[in-house]
Amino acid sequence: MNPYLAGIGLGLVLLAAFVIMGRGLGASGAFSTLVSVGVAKVAPEHASGNAFYGQYLASESNPFKDWLVFEVIGVFVGGFLSGVLAGRIKRSTEKGPSISVRSRLTFAFLGGGLMGFGAKLARGCTSGQALTGGALLNVGSWAFMMCVFAGAYALAYVMRRQWQ
Amino acid sequence: MNAPFFKFGLFNDEVSLIVAVVIGIGFGFFLERAGFGSARKLAAQFYFTDMTVLKVMFTAIVTAMLGVYFLSVLGFVDLSLVYLTPTNLMPQVVGGLLLGFGFVIGGYCPGTSCVSAATGRTDGWVYLGGIVAGILVFGEAFPLIETFYNSTPMGQLTLAQLTGIPYGILVFAVVVMAIGAFMAADWGEKVMAAKKGGKA
Repeated sequence: MNPYLAGIGLGLVLLAAFVIMGRGLGASGAFSTLVSVGVAKVAPEHASGNAFYGQYLASESNPFKDWLVFEVIGVFVGGFLSGVLAGRIKRSTEKGPSISVRSRLTFAFLGGGLMGFGAKLARGCTSGQALTGGALLNVGSWAFMMCVFAGAYALAYVMRRQWQ
Repeated sequence: MNAPFFKFGLFNDEVSLIVAVVIGIGFGFFLERAGFGSARKLAAQFYFTDMTVLKVMFTAIVTAMLGVYFLSVLGFVDLSLVYLTPTNLMPQVVGGLLLGFGFVIGGYCPGTSCVSAATGRTDGWVYLGGIVAGILVFGEAFPLIETFYNSTPMGQLTLAQLTGIPYGILVFAVVVMAIGAFMAADWGEKVMAAKKGGKA
């Protein structure tokens, strides 16, 4: 799809979230709930003594009855539907021609780890901060967005063998 | 009619979860449409060969920004009821840099890795595993970094409040900046394509 059309589509979805819910989009928050519930299952006292896990376990009934958890389930469904319609569902690993699958997956795990840690420190990721806060002219979100691009471009040369 | 609808009690929490799934489907659909299920497509942004990430992101920001601004000027949406994440400048700067490193190392961000996993990419699933591990490390380290996490608090703050420039003027400035960025992106892609063609 033309990138500007896809951008308008994404923007209208975000606008719908503002108008209907009074909040923006998110992604990493759902995984915080998952991690917090997991920790609480394994070590309940440890989890309840930790302020970070605590905020995701506050709901008295079921912590998974959370807006972002349901939204992210939707993201999986929507991505799958679009992939089916475009014939893009394929068991594969995305990588450049000069790197092995094993190395690529190691980098994927490492990158995901940095992303998970960074997103929590920044109070959101590309969806919750850059897109949502960007459209609301949020000061922290714009500072965050500039730093995401700065960080990625700073390491791009080092990582070039993985992609090119 | 008053919006945001949920904040005016037009529907309850249970219904809000159905809304969440529908909005999520739209979000995932357009991420996949943009080609963001592919780490190579996303990473190409950082080598100036394919600037789709910048184009999609800024078009989305401009669309939602203009929409919510005009709806608030018309009195349809109460912008003060749309949740604004509080700014804590230093942790957001450091977190942003870490996210940028993670983006070019792993090839995704959280939302796009969900779409990648949903379309069968192994690296997308592994990346999601990495996110879970990263959040777990953050959670375990939280007592040690809590002070930094809460440092440099500026509260819920818009660029208009920070600079004193009227909101509408800033909206216009972002639109102008985005158009400039789109033109620069198209030019960059042409330069890189010519360079590649010259090599081959």
